[in-house]
Amino acid sequence: MNRFGLTIAVPRGALLGGSLDALDRADIDTSEVRTNDRKLLFADIGVVTMRPSDVPTYVEAGAADIGITGKDVLMEHPERQIFELADLEFGHCEMVVASEDGPDRAAEALERLGVMRIATKYPRIAAAYFERSGRQAEIVTVNGSVELAPLTGLADAIVDLTATGITLKENGLVVREQIASVTARLVANRVAHRLKAEAIEEFAALIAASAKPTSA
Amino acid sequence: MNARIPSGTRDVLPEERAELRRIEAALLGVFSEAAYGEISTPTVEYQETLQRAGAAATPVSYRVLGELGEELALRSDMTVPIARVAASRYGDADLPLRFCYVAPAYRAVTPHRGQPREFLQAGIELIGADAVAGCAEALTVLCHSLQATGLKDFYVGIGDVGLYPSLLASCGVDVGASEAVLRALGDRDFVGIDREVAALNLTEDQTAMLTEVPRLRGAAVLRDQIEQPLAGALSGIRDVVESLDGEVAARMIPDLGRFPRMGYYSGAVFEVYDPAVGEPIASGGYYGDLLGRFGMAVGGVGFAIDVDLLHAALAGEERGETGR
Repeated sequence: MNRFGLTIAVPRGALLGGSLDALDRADIDTSEVRTNDRKLLFADIGVVTMRPSDVPTYVEAGAADIGITGKDVLMEHPERQIFELADLEFGHCEMVVASEDGPDRAAEALERLGVMRIATKYPRIAAAYFERSGRQAEIVTVNGSVELAPLTGLADAIVDLTATGITLKENGLVVREQIASVTARLVANRVAHRLKAEAIEEFAALIAASAKPTSA
Repeated sequence: MNARIPSGTRDVLPEERAELRRIEAALLGVFSEAAYGEISTPTVEYQETLQRAGAAATPVSYRVLGELGEELALRSDMTVPIARVAASRYGDADLPLRFCYVAPAYRAVTPHRGQPREFLQAGIELIGADAVAGCAEALTVLCHSLQATGLKDFYVGIGDVGLYPSLLASCGVDVGASEAVLRALGDRDFVGIDREVAALNLTEDQTAMLTEVPRLRGAAVLRDQIEQPLAGALSGIRDVVESLDGEVAARMIPDLGRFPRMGYYSGAVFEVYDPAVGEPIASGGYYGDLLGRFGMAVGGVGFAIDVDLLHAALAGEERGETGR
């Protein structure tokens, strides 16, 4: 266990590097997590690793006291009873609507058919966005490689997260609309937030984006 | 034959039932010693009655049509039925009224999340007592009853629904402009609180106060030197904590950012935390307007303990779990 006495849920994938850098600022030795990508539980440093979308599940149930995940995950699951403590300001991405380059198929579908088909891994964000803007959208949930959907005719457009836009471009897609900017967030269990208040405040201050790196 | 039951419900078999019975007996023993009379109310009520508590109350999730087409519903808590009983049967009685119960209530669940649809609650309602003295009495009964079951490591987070809105008002923010901040506060979305407070364009001091207060929690909050307007806003919590006995007061965690998203609470609100369980095992608070909706113009205070979560907390403490 780390000196804070906190079990920390750390996301694997694109946010892993930035998360471990943040833990380093709190003097938590992350070298084993960096080298071992199969092990999931690092009891010595109180770290559990998992998919970013599972972080709210573990934190809500109290299986982890505190965790790091993307704002996209929190937006997709607003019903989770967890506290969003801080914007860690790494893992910048944009949630966008994209479709094939050329005339916008989605706009055309909406005009001629009265509805557009949207493929996404984020059905709730997508549905809420089109509802807000008063457009009828049929949401098709897929689990990965969302870019494929418009190319094969499964959907007219996609809603997805993009960091650099390279994958979109390589698949001949262009960004049509920006939905939201997304970064990594620090989240906490609501019981731990009260019972381990001091530890959580100290930890949060150390890993905050504005904190100075500890002298290495 | 393996007939199913709905997700979120379960059968309680003799071994567990006996353990639950011991917990219920311990709780009811303390309630009755404090002069609370046990009552039962129907599991099904008219939808209209339960909805009289207003849109802010816990939503009624299960509706049924009676054989004559009446719209019935399963209660989502015991506070609203008891408010109905008090107003319709005890309108002329001497106040305060003291009721207690052990009864199941029903709430909607999100699929695949392991939430119960039907859960057993034990609690009290103290009707027509003074707000501060009533909260102090309810908190004392709450702590004593939990102790009587053998629970040791629990703490009670105590907040005040009116605290943050009064700070916003003291900064000259009107009700309409407060909405977005209060929504973020209800979610305990600190990133959202910072963003919405910044958008109000207040002075530097006011912005600092409004962004720091939701983060303040712990016993030290009441000991620290605090300036106006926060000192005034804090009196709701301070008055209650200061009227508690030392042993009960020691379990209080003042929580300045507590602002329940739903509920009929209008003053002090409290929640019980045990390190062995990841969610609050009991909650309650002061309600000023609920009885008025049934024609009885007095306030009340009450709490409900989730008996199954309390059972889990006791089992966790027995295994020596102090927060994993």
